Amino acid sequence: MTLLYPLQSLAAHPARLSPDYRSTVKRSPSRPLIPIRHTLSELTGPVYGHETVREHDNDLTIQAKGEPLGERIIVHGHVLDEDGRGVPNTLVELWQANACGRYVHVVDQHPAPLDPNFTGAGRTQSDASGYYKFITIKPGAYPWGNHHNAWRPAHIHFSVFGHSFVSRLVTQMYFPGDPLFPFDPIFNSVTDEKARMRMVSSFDLENTKPEWALCYRFDIVLRGQSATPMETK
Amino acid sequence: MSNQRPDGVTPSQTVGPYFKYGLTPNGEYEWNDAFTNNLLTPDVSGDRIRVEGKVFDGDGAVVVDCMLEIWQADGQGRFSDPQDKRALPNSSFKGFGRCGTDKTGGYAFDTIKPGSVPDPDGNPQAPHILLAVFARGMLLHLYTRIYFDDEAGNAGDPVLAQVPADRRATLIATRQTGNAYTFDVHLQGDRETVFFDV
Ligand SMILES: [Fe+2]
Repeated sequence: MTLLYPLQSLAAHPARLSPDYRSTVKRSPSRPLIPIRHTLSELTGPVYGHETVREHDNDLTIQAKGEPLGERIIVHGHVLDEDGRGVPNTLVELWQANACGRYVHVVDQHPAPLDPNFTGAGRTQSDASGYYKFITIKPGAYPWGNHHNAWRPAHIHFSVFGHSFVSRLVTQMYFPGDPLFPFDPIFNSVTDEKARMRMVSSFDLENTKPEWALCYRFDIVLRGQSATPMETK
Repeated sequence: MSNQRPDGVTPSQTVGPYFKYGLTPNGEYEWNDAFTNNLLTPDVSGDRIRVEGKVFDGDGAVVVDCMLEIWQADGQGRFSDPQDKRALPNSSFKGFGRCGTDKTGGYAFDTIKPGSVPDPDGNPQAPHILLAVFARGMLLHLYTRIYFDDEAGNAGDPVLAQVPADRRATLIATRQTGNAYTFDVHLQGDRETVFFDV
């Protein structure tokens, strides 16, 4: 299968300079990017062996001696290309704050407790149909210094590879109905509402496990289209 | 899974300041590294090199919470990916590396000098490494290329030819003593690195 990566697909992304998110002001290029044709360098990408992911790396609730505190959740979905085909065997990495909104990272000084039983890092590989699944803890909101009383909506960071180096994606998954949405400049850096909502998971009652864990569905759509456009039904 | 065509891609968001324990723990956190900054494998052929440098923001301040990823061909110019139909992998060289910047904004990759890779018309490109730059304050990563100052092929490279002459040097790593090359990344400003719209 030959995939194309039209630049139009990039329109969904935030502007690199989004001044409401203050750190973008000195970290975004001031000169226009130079368009170049995709060569083999851009159209290929890393392939991983089974050694990259260990058996329980997708379950963040069993990495320590005890169980982490907080609301246990299942996060699952498909990694898809722009035609809706599953992206098989691709690496999905995840990292997040604990239930109190605190990261293990040494720079995070938010005065909320660390959980000795929760690191907040996981990874998995999508299966042949592009499906992936994590078991984790619902992360808490946390404050940051961007502006007065700035709080990040609860989110899980995702890193996904896909078919080529230009399909690489780092994003954040949000939870439906978060009251912090209107006030978060990172979330709102995606100006198109439909595109923004693609970062919001949906509550999945059907796959919620009775007496055990709520489930959220998060499909991740990467760049990549068929050379000949698919028929839409 | 539905067979419906999605509305579009999932938008990018910043890697943020706290990725290290998940993406580049490097012995400082207990999580294991999926990738490191050392691409060398015992059986790899080619010239072993180190590419190192620092990342700077628009004020010239070092960026200490940056993640860099590289993707490159092997010494014969072949990618370790079945989509490269020419590939005849003769080693376990993967061609992918990841490095977080340190307290001085510095990074380094140990790898091999890539061979020449053809462009879509079959013309040779000069040896180069693709570099993706992620950081807090970057909502979408940037792509650039690392070329080498001791490669005669740079003069005929079709990508370098598209870059204004006065900015071309930002894409070219300079050879130091030994096998090391220096390649600094300037996210913004007078010395801004050329980034590609790919
Ligand atoms: Fe975060």
